[in-house]
Amino acid sequence: MSGIFNSSIGRKFAMALSAFFLMIFLLQHFAINILSVFSPEAFNNTSHFMGTFWIVQYIFQPILILGVIFHFVMGMVLEVRNRNARKIAYAKNNGNANSTWMSRNMIYTGGAILLFLGLHFYDFWLPEINTKYIQGDMSGLLPDGNYRYFEELQHKFVDVWRVALYCLAFVFLSLHLLHGFSSAFQSVGANNKYTRGLKGFGKAYAIIIPLGFIFIALYHHFNY
Amino acid sequence: MALDPKIPEGPLADKWTNYKNHIDLVNPANKRNIDVIVIGTGLAGGSAAATLAELGYNVKAFCFQDSPRRAHSIAAQGGINAAKNYQGDGDSVYRLFYDTVKGGDYRSREANVYRLAEVSSNIIDQCVAQGVPFAREYGGYLDNRSFGGVLVSRTFYAAGQTGQQLLLGAYSAMNRQIGRGKIKMYNRHEMLDVVVVGGKARGIIARNLVTGEIERHSAHAVVLGSGGYGNVFFLSTNAMGSNVTAAWKAHKRGAFFANPCYTQIHPTCIPVSGDHQSKLTLMSESLRNDGRIWVPKNMDDVKAIREGNLKPTAIPEENRDYYLERRYPAFGNLVPRDVASRAAKERCDEGYGVNKTGEAVYLDFAAAFQRYGKERAHVRGLDENDAALVKRLGQEVIKEKYGNLFQMYEKIVDQNPYETPMMIYPAVHYTMGGLWVDYNLMTNIPGLYSIGEANFSDHGANRLGASALMQGLADGYFVLPYTIGDYLSKDIRTGKIPTDSPEFDQAEKNVKENLDHLINNNGSHSVDYFHKKLGKIMWNKCGMARNAEGLREAIVQISELRKEFWKDVRVPGTQNELNEELAKAMRVADFLELGELFAKDALQREESAGGHFREEHQTAEGEALRSPEFQFVSAWEYQGEPKDAILHKEELEYENIEVKERSYK
Amino acid sequence: MKLTLKIWRQKNADTKGKLVDYQIDGIDGDMSFLEMLDVLNGQLINKGEEPVAFDHDCREGICGSCSLFINGEAHGPDRLVTTCQLHMRMFKDGDTIHIEPFRATAFPVIKDLVVDRGSFDRVQHAGGFISVNTSGKTVDANTIPVNKHDADMSFMAATCIGCGACVASCKNSSAMLFVSAKVSQFALLPQGKIEATERVLNMVKQMDEEGFGNCTNTGACEVECPKGISLENIARMNREYLSATFKG
Repeated sequence: MSGIFNSSIGRKFAMALSAFFLMIFLLQHFAINILSVFSPEAFNNTSHFMGTFWIVQYIFQPILILGVIFHFVMGMVLEVRNRNARKIAYAKNNGNANSTWMSRNMIYTGGAILLFLGLHFYDFWLPEINTKYIQGDMSGLLPDGNYRYFEELQHKFVDVWRVALYCLAFVFLSLHLLHGFSSAFQSVGANNKYTRGLKGFGKAYAIIIPLGFIFIALYHHFNY
Repeated sequence: MALDPKIPEGPLADKWTNYKNHIDLVNPANKRNIDVIVIGTGLAGGSAAATLAELGYNVKAFCFQDSPRRAHSIAAQGGINAAKNYQGDGDSVYRLFYDTVKGGDYRSREANVYRLAEVSSNIIDQCVAQGVPFAREYGGYLDNRSFGGVLVSRTFYAAGQTGQQLLLGAYSAMNRQIGRGKIKMYNRHEMLDVVVVGGKARGIIARNLVTGEIERHSAHAVVLGSGGYGNVFFLSTNAMGSNVTAAWKAHKRGAFFANPCYTQIHPTCIPVSGDHQSKLTLMSESLRNDGRIWVPKNMDDVKAIREGNLKPTAIPEENRDYYLERRYPAFGNLVPRDVASRAAKERCDEGYGVNKTGEAVYLDFAAAFQRYGKERAHVRGLDENDAALVKRLGQEVIKEKYGNLFQMYEKIVDQNPYETPMMIYPAVHYTMGGLWVDYNLMTNIPGLYSIGEANFSDHGANRLGASALMQGLADGYFVLPYTIGDYLSKDIRTGKIPTDSPEFDQAEKNVKENLDHLINNNGSHSVDYFHKKLGKIMWNKCGMARNAEGLREAIVQISELRKEFWKDVRVPGTQNELNEELAKAMRVADFLELGELFAKDALQREESAGGHFREEHQTAEGEALRSPEFQFVSAWEYQGEPKDAILHKEELEYENIEVKERSYK
Repeated sequence: MKLTLKIWRQKNADTKGKLVDYQIDGIDGDMSFLEMLDVLNGQLINKGEEPVAFDHDCREGICGSCSLFINGEAHGPDRLVTTCQLHMRMFKDGDTIHIEPFRATAFPVIKDLVVDRGSFDRVQHAGGFISVNTSGKTVDANTIPVNKHDADMSFMAATCIGCGACVASCKNSSAMLFVSAKVSQFALLPQGKIEATERVLNMVKQMDEEGFGNCTNTGACEVECPKGISLENIARMNREYLSATFKG
């Protein structure tokens, strides 16, 4: 078992597991966000539930944060090791001939997503923590008695620059997922007759989910 | 000096068993104190090194490549013979023995060949146990194919990469022993002399090809599995590095060199395309299972093809000359290699060659596409009369069988062999001659063994397809480990062989002098210049057809070329670095001596036998004419100059096989 | 054709190397890439300069000796060929061709374009075999039938020539394709399954110790592999490794 984090295959397995976790989270996040387009009320209710339910708050949330940190740290560890595996670079390297841009630049797309996460935390997570755990207001209500979640969401997407940044980040997310999705399956050893189908599904996931997030951001920007 | 082949007494079929029952053995504790050097890591050397290490000897293995896995056995394509009779088509140990002796034109040693046939089936068992992925049928059992010169299907194969798979098997066995520390592997090392102490082979001088360092290595016995000398022709199917140096140095130290003139010119190689060519590529003999060889019947068609005005596919059946099927109806396209090569040469000499230089014939798969395509259409319940479908299905089958060969052809020639027939021409491929060895595979220098292609023993004047792999592995896995034990059992009290003896000093000095000379020569021509010249002489005068006059000229010309080489060769760089030109120069120096002995041997052998065809000795129909007076092995003793070598004869006796005219009609 | 060659020249392992320009003329499309280098070397020798050192042997694409990173790709721009099978017809008159050694920390340069691939051998020493003595006293070869599909897959994996193109092409210098080919060859055969656990653990351990990078599934290795070894082998090795690890 100790081999898991000390061997190259173990590390990529761990990378894949955290990726699976994050991809499932992403789906869940998307599912809730898209509610905001169809039904502000459902969005508010779900948000409040997620924001106050102890299992989500005290168990899933820390795991998620650890997952993100782990995925990032492991990614950096791999990058450093991989750079050491070739100390003199090629004068001419035609990577496009044999691999996709996405597969070769996961560290950059991942880094961009991480920067975005900083912004995203600043926008939503920190205020949320502040309200709930520092101010101690667990009601989730505005002074007018309505839930605050939809309202806050709309406010955030007023600023055109923020929307643009969000959209750009989702493009990076898409690029990251375009390689990451099928790569995670390969890493855990799944390469068989379903692989082609899975790759297609992965592409769809990698495009539709980020596109959906972009849609949500733009929707609120233009409908406020 | 009389040559004693040391053939055990008793009936042929019992010789090997009796022999094994009566040899001396070395106990395991003593094996730990015995060192064995193995030169070369191909099928013979690799399998020997692994087995000797398993038995407990300390093995030092040497190869000039960067890894033992790259030895040229890896390039063998078609398959490996074994008398398993899995097909139930009448095969047996005796039949394999018979086919091999007959195929060798009755110029091989009966007892050795029988032993080879006897252990052949163990090889397959062994390789399967090692994880060699042989081709299988749908039932999960091993598949077979046919090869030239035989009437049964006894060839086991792994697509067109059988040699690779077998070598990787031997390499894996070596790896196990290297991992255990029982084999010490010396990659990128070249043996440059054998050291004889007190009449016994006791070590070698080797050069580290990376640092240039000259090293002394001692052992209780030295095994040469260094392969053949086809590169004396410059252009051959051998690897660029394949060389005769180890065997030749042994010869210069007293080991007899047997039958150097027996060279196999393989009928199906990709024709020479220009002067720049560095090597020739083989197209496996297995292709003759399914391909038909032909040239046009009419000279007009030949001309039109050469001018590019006619496509071979446009020539109707009745205007094609399937000359092998015409001349040898019983074996057709599957005649042995020597016969097929000469027949191709005969047609091309008559002017029917189909490429620009007039040195190519067609190998055509159109009929096989039809045959297999119909079969597959039938199996799948499709329309057998749909020509396009049948062709496509047939091509599919051929692709499964020979895909890698077709791809290789297309890459080299830039023509699609699925659409147009392949062009092929004979090329130097294998050398049956080599160091003379007795039944124990020991040369006449005690403690010096020679196995695989490096020795002369099993293939006579012509080797049958898929027998080289068999011999290499038989020698290394199953024969040498017994015979060498018998010899080493007398060496258990000897102790470590010191490397500071005068014999080592002298050998090292000798090597260094040669290296110094070459590096400081500062002549005006590169090594390749001389090698190419030698190759031209060899191909023109010692090639597929030889005559006394040409051979005499060759002896003189090679001798002159050698003198010029030592005077005028230019080797750049220094000794103490990776210097490929220097390594090449050392090899070519030996080829320049061997070539002369080759010609002398061919001149002496006033008959035609197998790969040795003397124009003066042929039947009215142009077939090889053997002579009973020459039913012997020519073993040459070195005397300073190759042309002064002394001939020793080992008479060949056939007690279990009737010597008759070798006919494939 | 007339070509400009930019070739990596490095005296030995301890000195620094650099790209050196050479002009060459009279190159024929039917020449192989190595024959083109032969011509260059012939000219260099005649001029009294040191020829370019490169590994090569069989020149028919099977020994795995030849390497070379040509115009940014292992074994050059053609597919399913080694450098010795790459023909000059793939290039045009006036082209500039970059020729560099296979680069990886685990493949140190020995001289010019020659690298030391001993790390591959050492990975094989660690477990690239079935532990059976070569006595020939095993069971008859047909005692254990092997499913044809498995036998074929095993063969396909076994066709790896150990050239190192996978490592050279991989942005991470990972040797996973090479190692997985050997692991797969044995894992697919009944006789190889017996010590599958030890084999995969030992070979991966050695692979990591040699300083190869980590696989990030870019798939470059599969594309550049002259023998078309499939990525499926890597997935299989991952499975084998993970199940071996969890088994303890």
